Amino acid sequence: MIHDNYLYIVLGMGLVTYIPRWLPLVFLSRRRLPEWFEQWLDLIPAAILSALILPILITTGEPRHLDLLRPELIVAVPTLAFAVKTRSLAGTVIVGMFLFWFAGKFF
Amino acid sequence: MKSEERTADWTAIIKDGVIGAWPICLGYLAIGLAFGVIAQKAGFHPVEIGLMSLLVYAGSSQFIAVSMLSAGAGIVPIVITTFTVNLRHMLMSSSLSTFMRNLGIGRLSLFAYGVTDESFALNSAKFRDGKWDWRRALVLNHATNLTWIASTVAGGFGGQFIPAGALGIDYALSAMFICLLVFQLRGRLYVIVAIIAGILAVALSLLLPGNTYIVAASVIAATLGVFLKRSKLFAWAEQKS
Repeated sequence: MIHDNYLYIVLGMGLVTYIPRWLPLVFLSRRRLPEWFEQWLDLIPAAILSALILPILITTGEPRHLDLLRPELIVAVPTLAFAVKTRSLAGTVIVGMFLFWFAGKFF
Repeated sequence: MKSEERTADWTAIIKDGVIGAWPICLGYLAIGLAFGVIAQKAGFHPVEIGLMSLLVYAGSSQFIAVSMLSAGAGIVPIVITTFTVNLRHMLMSSSLSTFMRNLGIGRLSLFAYGVTDESFALNSAKFRDGKWDWRRALVLNHATNLTWIASTVAGGFGGQFIPAGALGIDYALSAMFICLLVFQLRGRLYVIVAIIAGILAVALSLLLPGNTYIVAASVIAATLGVFLKRSKLFAWAEQKS
């Protein structure tokens, strides 16, 4: 091993990554949850997906700044339209990849 | 009889899970190779790379850890940074827990290992769609995990087997997220929450360091959504439409 303590470092990283993944599954899946909390959890996927994807599409760099002319965003518009129209995951992934590859020829 | 049922089941289950996982596997292949190449250039051995992918299994925190290790950072800052970067999985596991009812701790623990942004997004959509269960979700998680480990190790042998940008493969996960977001927009309330979360995430990502904006924006947006859902005004507006 090149790095001293490497095993301890990755073990530590693994532990602090695993616990947040594990705790809610074990504690919440066996409980009856209050209605407001069920409603909250039901809204989480839409919220997280939007919070994950939008910054990737319209911000860039370090430190981050807005950039509305990136191919990621421009390609996202027809990709989104295709997803809404067809509701096909496979089709959307393939169309998005093709458009991004195509856009790469111009940017 | 019972065990016969089980073996017959698993063939179909593994097939469904692995086939369902393909968009993630494609994306992980590209990012995993890139990670392996970067780590190898930073002086990591393929065994070290594979060990990290196996034990941590969280892409962005692995990139950060490699750059911190190269810069000579110690164990404590690296572990703390990893924790904050990966805390968002807590929200995802909480949300997935509503689909993982009445399972033993062993099965839950095995499933928890594979919760990532991507597997969460895909499993959520598939659970919502019906035709999905914890077994298929578990197979999907571990198929994507194996892809990640294999790709990062392959990259660690110095192979950029796929030229950067080839076939738009770098966009596979973004396109998947876009489509899965569309699947989650099951009514006006979801659209409103997604818009709030997206705008907040962009604003906070410009203000806050790291990726804390993901958790902050999602929590605030979902909380506002619950208040909105429970308010009389929204019920009235829904009735009118």
